[in-house]
Amino acid sequence: MSFLDTEIFARLFEVLALRAGYNANTVIAGTAVLGAAAGTVGTFVFLRGRALISDALSHATLPGIVLAFLVGSALGLQTRSLPLLLAGATLSGLVGVLAMHALTRLPRITEDAAIGAVLGSFFGLGVVLLSYVQTLPVGGQAGLKTFLLGQAAAMARTEAIAIAALAAATIVLVVLFFKEFRLVAFDRDFAAGMGWPVSRIDLGMAALGVAVTVIGLQTVGLVLIVALLVVPPVAARFWSNDVKVVASLAAIFGALSAYLGAAASYAFASMPTGAAIVLAAGAFVIFSLLFAPRRGVLGVALATLRFRLDLLRVRWLAAIHTDPARSAVSGALLRTYLRISGLIDRAGHPTAAARRLAPEAARNLELWIAALARRPEAVPPGARFGVDPAEAVLPRDLVAEIGGRTP
Amino acid sequence: MSLVTFLQIDLPAFLTALFATLVCALTGNFLILRREALLGDALSHAVLPGIVVGFLISGTRAALPMILGATGAAVLAAVLVHFVRRYGRVEPGAALGVVFTVMFALGVVMLEQGAAHRVDLDPDCVLYGQLETVIWLAASGPSSLLDPAALAQLPRELVTLAGTFVVLSGLAAWFWKEIQISTFDPELAGALGIPAGLVRFGVTLAAAIATVVSFEAVGSIMVVAMLVCPAATARLVANRYGGQLATTLALAAIAAVLGYASAGFGPALLGAPIALNAAGMIAVVAGVLLGAAALFSPRHGYLRRQAAAT
Repeated sequence: MSFLDTEIFARLFEVLALRAGYNANTVIAGTAVLGAAAGTVGTFVFLRGRALISDALSHATLPGIVLAFLVGSALGLQTRSLPLLLAGATLSGLVGVLAMHALTRLPRITEDAAIGAVLGSFFGLGVVLLSYVQTLPVGGQAGLKTFLLGQAAAMARTEAIAIAALAAATIVLVVLFFKEFRLVAFDRDFAAGMGWPVSRIDLGMAALGVAVTVIGLQTVGLVLIVALLVVPPVAARFWSNDVKVVASLAAIFGALSAYLGAAASYAFASMPTGAAIVLAAGAFVIFSLLFAPRRGVLGVALATLRFRLDLLRVRWLAAIHTDPARSAVSGALLRTYLRISGLIDRAGHPTAAARRLAPEAARNLELWIAALARRPEAVPPGARFGVDPAEAVLPRDLVAEIGGRTP
Repeated sequence: MSLVTFLQIDLPAFLTALFATLVCALTGNFLILRREALLGDALSHAVLPGIVVGFLISGTRAALPMILGATGAAVLAAVLVHFVRRYGRVEPGAALGVVFTVMFALGVVMLEQGAAHRVDLDPDCVLYGQLETVIWLAASGPSSLLDPAALAQLPRELVTLAGTFVVLSGLAAWFWKEIQISTFDPELAGALGIPAGLVRFGVTLAAAIATVVSFEAVGSIMVVAMLVCPAATARLVANRYGGQLATTLALAAIAAVLGYASAGFGPALLGAPIALNAAGMIAVVAGVLLGAAALFSPRHGYLRRQAAAT
């Protein structure tokens, strides 16, 4: 089997087009809802800086899952019971978080050391317990391994529906408490001053993060579930500053990643679902990093080039204003730019439009030079020197100081 | 258990676990003192695709191709973190988290696809480690320990780890003063002409190498416990800089001995003739030691502070 196998691709497209059968479709759709919930809730995990704590929490669920399985088989349950396993997962995840907090309160132990210690040791305990369970003559222990890297195909239809319902419920809760979450995430002090129960809201946000982590364990796996929470919001962050937009985009990215990843794990036998989903989410980050219009690498590079050309244009206009005879343009790129802007004609001579714009451009440039000479710190960030109209962009008192017209 | 099976199976596996723990603890010690524990966590995950590429290209699990691949992956991860932070304006923790989880996912997917061709390296090894495959078949009795022909057949993992430990210890001793000064007083280091940036790079590279050579033995995730736990425990019980490192290594050795022994022989003592995952047990013992120090440390432990408060 390889990536270049056309049969595999045919199979992948079949799954993507939801033609793989009723059961697979339900699981894939349920996973997509989970992805949307993870993106929505994850936006607040990300904004509150809880990415790494969530990572420790999810790794710490492993001993609880295996212990719950042992309890279940001791009680005589023939097959693994998902609610029991997830209850065990929640319990040991929370014990891990408590242990982390206790360690952080000690002198000389930094938070990241506590996170690493809990993550590694609890996971180790889980691995020891797993190696014990594998020697037992009971059924169902093979299914425990799917909790590590996730296996959507191992899910029953009813489980997928339950997961989708719970995930949808977390989305509804985030929508209902959106205003509270946003304010607590950005300005705790202000929210507290307004009389809001800040710590309870914060706890609610954290609880939703735990809930999504736990319900996603079986599909995505405990090793990578934190990525489903954090990667889509980071991708969404490139496109907007507005939390509402970021959360919505993160939900879309999360749902698409989950859909693609779950479908891929059906198409390629033995592909761990979690890894496939996170890889798809990573592709959204790379895409956003490159192509987001204002924050992306290409967008920023284009804006920089545009500014340089604009500044050269302004300098040229100022030059032909002071000395109408000097009209030569140096540089092919600038010449093309001026030609497209309609400021020079085919022979390279300034057009009537250029003569008309020149006085104002020269005056604006002088205002900017004066402003920078007086109080460079008062220039608002992001204002484009010489290009933006100084009187509209600079603070009013500075404009008055440099002799500009104030409205 | 006969002496020969001990020499063939338990001794090489135990020594491999011991040196893996020591190598990680040694580099982890410097990471913890520099407050860069997170870097160990990130590196251990981010190097996985590089390890897989090195393995797929060379076709063997020899250390060098994997270390080269891992170094490439670590550099790529650093570049990506830089770009995500700079352009996305996200906090460093989130940028690191995004990059190392995505790269780990990439490594797992590559493993699954590569495993179909060469079934020698698989996700189980990454998750649980493979101490049980470290065997020394050439051992036929105690005399083998002195027999050059038998010693030449010592398992590759063990030789690599022991060699790495010797080299890294030597480097740590050679650059002891430089590392110490640039860790605690970067300004003084600058004044003395010590290249603090280069020292920092060296420490990070050493940590990356430690995670790569130990990942086969203990897996990509339990490596984090070996990197962090002994050094953090030593922070609670030791005071001087030199004492810190000695305590870290001693704690690592204790964790390796107790962990390996209780995984291999503990169940048998309780009447169940099975073996538990030794790497996991070492991680657990390392964590328990940290918990014990947190409670009982004479200087910084909870009980001591309670007594001081009353």
